[in-house]
Amino acid sequence: MKFAVVVFPGSNCDRDMYYAVKDALGEEADFVWYQDANLANYDAILLPGGFSYGDYLRSGAIASTSHIMDQIKTEASNGTPILGVCNGFQVLLEAQLLPGAMLRNERLKFMCHQEGLIVQNNQTLFTSEYAALETITLPIAHGEGNYFCDDTTYQQLQSNNQIVFTYENNPNGSIGDIAGIVNKDGNVLGMMPHPERASDAILGSDDGIKLFQSIVNNWRETYVAGA
Amino acid sequence: MKKINLYITLKQGVLDPQGKAVQESLHTLGYTAVKQARVGKYMELIVEDDANVEQQIEEMCTKLLANPVIEDYTYIVEEGIVQ
Repeated sequence: MKFAVVVFPGSNCDRDMYYAVKDALGEEADFVWYQDANLANYDAILLPGGFSYGDYLRSGAIASTSHIMDQIKTEASNGTPILGVCNGFQVLLEAQLLPGAMLRNERLKFMCHQEGLIVQNNQTLFTSEYAALETITLPIAHGEGNYFCDDTTYQQLQSNNQIVFTYENNPNGSIGDIAGIVNKDGNVLGMMPHPERASDAILGSDDGIKLFQSIVNNWRETYVAGA
Repeated sequence: MKKINLYITLKQGVLDPQGKAVQESLHTLGYTAVKQARVGKYMELIVEDDANVEQQIEEMCTKLLANPVIEDYTYIVEEGIVQ
């Protein structure tokens, strides 16, 4: 399986993403610079964390208007798995590939620590290796991870089972303890915690590796004969 | 040239932790009459005279400058700006 790790100016978790799929899982992966990307030949697209464009205007706002987003939107409608982590999630929100927006953390602090999460939906192509309501530990590292949406959107997220991860102890004020959501079609996931930073036990947790393994397994079941 | 004075504010009902911190800071300084502070953004755009400003500014705001999920915007256009 071939992953594209999209690199914007200011991305800083791109190497962790690359490590998770290339070294930890042994799949193919390329860094794809946002200006010269051709995403058509990739099986999945990873939008890493960081501070694209220095978080100017709003986190993810400037990156969401770059030309590569047209390709990402096309791939999203083609059903290609797209994972946005942290700043990658913010980019997906700003590009309206996922509903809602991010606000500053409730207590205004940049938070960087391990956080307990509950897998609310293990029926997605990103979470099928997790047990239903499994509790996992992933690091968070953000100043603007306070997920916000209006009541109607929140009800839709609930009724469509789009809330994939929630925090055990809400660190940032997110509505409904939301840590990660998926689009209606189930192929675009955005999450603030970092699964790629928890892809090896030596990093303190390898709870994140099942997420990448889920993507790979679902792709194999769909596209590889006899898998 | 025209100058657009653009004000972007958080929607009513959207939590503003920054505004709350500013308000608490003002209280610390003794300005206890301040019952609410909300922090927004101000931008100046200089545009060509023949630009269809009213239509384009709405587009610019919804596409980039403001996030309609959490923010409102207002603007004032000044004519006859000499650059």
